[in-house]
Amino acid sequence: MDDSNNLAPTRSAVLRNVTLPVAGAVALGLLMQLVVGPASGPYATRLMLDVGVAIIAAVSLNIINGYTGQFSVGHAAFIAAGGYVAGSFTYYCSLLWWGEYAKHGGFLGMGEWLFFCSCLLGGFGAAALGWLVGLPSLRLRGDYLAIVTLGFGEILRVLLQNTNRQIFDAEQLRDATWRQLVPPPLGGAQGFSDVPKYTNLFWMYLMVAVTLFVAVRLKISSTGRAFLSIREDEIAAEAMGVDITRLKVRAFIVAAFFAGIAGGLFAHQSGTVIRPIDAGFQRSFEIVIMVVLGGLGSISGVTLAAVILTLLPALLLDFAQYRMILYALLLILLMIFRPQGLLGVKELWDFARPWRRGGTRT
Amino acid sequence: MDDFLQTLMTAVSVGSLYALIALGYTMVYGVLKFINFAHSDVVVLGAWFSFTLATWFLPQMGIDPAAAPWWAACGVLFFAMLACGGVGFLIERLAYRPLRRAPRLNVLITAIGVSLLLQNVGQLQFDLGAGLRLPFGTQPQGMPRLVPDVALNDAAVARGVAGEGGSSSTLVLEHPAVLESGRSYRAVVYRDNGAVERARITSSTGTYGAGAVMSLGSSLTRPPDGSVYVIRRLARVPIAMIDVVIVVTAGGLMVLLNLLVYRSKLGMAMRAVSFNTDTAALMGIPVDRVISFTFVLGAMLAAAAGFLYAIKYTTLQQPAHAGWVLLGLKAFVAAVVGGIGNIQGAVLGGFLIAFIEQFGAVYVSSDLRDISVFAVLILVLLVRPTGVLGSPSCEKV
Amino acid sequence: MSRVPGRSSTALLAVILAACAAAYGVVAGCSSGTDRGGGGTPNGQSGAGKAASNEPVVIGHYGSLTGAQATFGISTSQGIRLAIKQANATGGINGRPITLREYDTKGDAREAGSVVTRLCTNDKVVAVLGEVASGLSLAGAPVCQEFGVPMITPSSTNPRVTVVGDMISRVCFIDPFQGLVCAKFAYEHRKARKVAMLYDQAAPYSTGLAEEFRGAFEKLGGTIATSQTYAEGDPDFNAQLTTIRSAEPDIIFVPGYYTDVANIAMQARKLGITAPLLGGDGWDSTKLTEIGGPAIEGSYYSNHYSQQDPSPTVQKFIATYKAEFGSTPDGLAALGYDAALLLFDAMKRSPSLGGKDLAAAIATSKDFHGVTGTITIDADRNAVKPAVMLEVKGGAPTYVTTIAP
Repeated sequence: MDDSNNLAPTRSAVLRNVTLPVAGAVALGLLMQLVVGPASGPYATRLMLDVGVAIIAAVSLNIINGYTGQFSVGHAAFIAAGGYVAGSFTYYCSLLWWGEYAKHGGFLGMGEWLFFCSCLLGGFGAAALGWLVGLPSLRLRGDYLAIVTLGFGEILRVLLQNTNRQIFDAEQLRDATWRQLVPPPLGGAQGFSDVPKYTNLFWMYLMVAVTLFVAVRLKISSTGRAFLSIREDEIAAEAMGVDITRLKVRAFIVAAFFAGIAGGLFAHQSGTVIRPIDAGFQRSFEIVIMVVLGGLGSISGVTLAAVILTLLPALLLDFAQYRMILYALLLILLMIFRPQGLLGVKELWDFARPWRRGGTRT
Repeated sequence: MDDFLQTLMTAVSVGSLYALIALGYTMVYGVLKFINFAHSDVVVLGAWFSFTLATWFLPQMGIDPAAAPWWAACGVLFFAMLACGGVGFLIERLAYRPLRRAPRLNVLITAIGVSLLLQNVGQLQFDLGAGLRLPFGTQPQGMPRLVPDVALNDAAVARGVAGEGGSSSTLVLEHPAVLESGRSYRAVVYRDNGAVERARITSSTGTYGAGAVMSLGSSLTRPPDGSVYVIRRLARVPIAMIDVVIVVTAGGLMVLLNLLVYRSKLGMAMRAVSFNTDTAALMGIPVDRVISFTFVLGAMLAAAAGFLYAIKYTTLQQPAHAGWVLLGLKAFVAAVVGGIGNIQGAVLGGFLIAFIEQFGAVYVSSDLRDISVFAVLILVLLVRPTGVLGSPSCEKV
Repeated sequence: MSRVPGRSSTALLAVILAACAAAYGVVAGCSSGTDRGGGGTPNGQSGAGKAASNEPVVIGHYGSLTGAQATFGISTSQGIRLAIKQANATGGINGRPITLREYDTKGDAREAGSVVTRLCTNDKVVAVLGEVASGLSLAGAPVCQEFGVPMITPSSTNPRVTVVGDMISRVCFIDPFQGLVCAKFAYEHRKARKVAMLYDQAAPYSTGLAEEFRGAFEKLGGTIATSQTYAEGDPDFNAQLTTIRSAEPDIIFVPGYYTDVANIAMQARKLGITAPLLGGDGWDSTKLTEIGGPAIEGSYYSNHYSQQDPSPTVQKFIATYKAEFGSTPDGLAALGYDAALLLFDAMKRSPSLGGKDLAAAIATSKDFHGVTGTITIDADRNAVKPAVMLEVKGGAPTYVTTIAP
């Protein structure tokens, strides 16, 4: 708790809160990129990338649905928004600066830094949308809030369908008339294709590590405790002086930011095209399922569920027409036999009892 | 003006369907407080059961589905409702009841699982012999017209006995007839054996004397020689028989439901469970049975909606098609706008959504049709956070 | 929330974790195994050539076997299966039988990229067929390009698909061509000057064709009186058709799939709209007339071939397909069949089954006699073939005219 009271962060606080985590994240990224990836082959790499996106998406949704106890089924809209912003930024900047949309520079080259900036931009874009979607949460509760977030997602989907066609040529882009640029040239129903493929295991797992770190720190920070208090009892929290309105919107903004980054990583992945349907509610459900299956509020549980639910369809591929039937059955059975989610409200490390029990963190 | 009246007609007819489906969402929400996302898949089942009954069962009984008597249509509706009621019972018993004490979110995920299951099982197809193929496969199918495809306000402009010498796609007039510009005409041919055939007239506008030959847009089974024919001018705003059937059936079911919920003991039990499950149980109400019954009732309404949908649009999309998802979503939005858990609210919401959607598409833009639906949803909820007729929830401190 | 005793929780957790690790191991194990087998090159089998005599040739197919688009994926799959069966009956590829690895995409672009990666690396397929939807082909194509595996898309009409690289080709029309064909037909053949459009705003195929048609038709001097849209699977078109009726068009361009068009036609006729409908190859299915009945009579669509074409290739295909699957093939089945046969033809001509050789052999296909017309692959690896215009007459599509590229 003392972090928030200290206006001038001490050297050790910087070390603990910034330097070490960033170093750890970079180390994880490098490990995945240079050791795990090459050792496990392209298909496993591809699945690990998919898993990465799912983890960031699920862990960020957990901030809204798990910590704060709000019910959002519009998370795919944040991912899609981030993906479209980041993807189009990289794509059109590449076209303007380098005259082509192909990949530019090697590992950690210029292109990858542009991609990194795009992802951040995608995060900010999604956060802005998160603010907008979070506003109704001030007035609405439970299922009514859920349907409104769902409505926002569907509106975004239809808006994206009505965008202009993508511009594939640098000349054409420079000479574009305003009719080609308004609404923005995001490809309409076709989806936004040919985004340079910068996403690799390094960037993906760097972001996964950052997201997980922020999620863990947030949970045990004063803001996180305030989130949890809203989940447990909104009225009691308010009586204790928790600024409910600000915090609810803040949960949406933070979650949307990371969802936007997940979207950015997704848009730059090889073998994907970002399409309006990615903003639809079916995609949002997939993430809600991960959060509920993992255990609302449990970061490690949600991460585990994201891994399992992303790999499950891939493992069932050989069943062809029957695979979604199996998937659905497994989902129902898991819910019936494990209603509190994989880990309940606990974390993985809570199971390693002897060392952790009773130790409170500051 | 024509456009306005036409849109009004469509909105009323579509609104009845939305209302029927929304009732199912709202009733389940009323007793279990969770959104039954598998509800739209029961609508799909209702439509496809109707299709199977009409194309396989009716011929087995020696009835031609294309010229089925009215009671055959009622029979199809009845058995489809019965079958879906059974499926609704099983879903509740197997998937939802084990979760009675679990958090509501889990039940919601289970509902999504059930929805996925129904969609994907529905896409399979096995030949069960005797021409019966179940479940429904991945191809769209044409539903037989169990209700004649006629408008109630067409005007008969000429009639007579068709002359000799025509082919199966022409009609030789007995008396003169005038085809006005800008209107469409249809020839109805009454055969000796009681069969009735209809075809669009494709001749250009003008006056045709006796013995003139008119061309038909589609072929009849044989030349109409010697049969009585009637030339009907299609109304600019047709009041189709099917729309009347839909509005009457849906309205009838809603009245029945209202009587059941507000005038019967069972309805009282349902309302009690909805109000407070634990107290209701303490008062001796068999809560599980009441919940089962509510589910069956919702599923039967869904089946009725599926049946009406099938005979109105006659194109049945495959069970996992996006159209069904959208239909369910709009009905669900209707239930929420009206105030979920409230029966009158669901009906009101159904019509409200249909009116906004239809009038928005005609007078604003069809591109933004779905946006208008969701925008209204958000606006209504911001003004009235529990829907138009929803009771404001007040949490106890 | 009910609490489960700690010990059983831990045990369950351990089981789940173990299962998870095992799953990851299986996935990772498979792919690392193939990598070692590949001897450093991503496409290991290229060196093998024709030496291995009776080893099966594996080809891959990715398509929507489940989900909203399953109708199209399964038709394509059946076409491909028929082609393989026939090819194997006549000796396969130089004596080697052909086997198929087929994965479901659920109509999801992420899945498409993922399963194509699996086909190219784990399954070591010689070539890939798929997808129907351009959006999914655009996800799969870069993967095929990256791993040097030739890909033929049976029915993705978006011009961008083959721009991805020299490994990617197609056997169907591209949108600009078909848009032009329809516009020409409407303007020159039907003398239409005022056209209304009604298309599916959620379907790339539909919007792509509509855009191209609009451009071509306006260039010819016609006007688009009104342009209406619907969302995929919307059952009710009265609102759009009411607006179209007021615009009094000469012809209504409906570039959707047959699954929606029959319904549109019926509702249009009910509203007293007499103008004929005009569409593209998405209409091609017996379901169109089966469901649409008299309402669709007198409407036109452009297609790859006419089912009434007396040529033995077409008639034999329709007859064997019916015998095999119990239904009349739709356009997508025919395209899937042709894509497979064109691939087999190229395999026979190719000096080896390595990616580069095979892609070159596919790209030099010339006057290949398929069911969907005589196909020549051009420099951009698109199929060049004339389009036929069909009119629905007496419940069957009837040949009207041929419009050459």
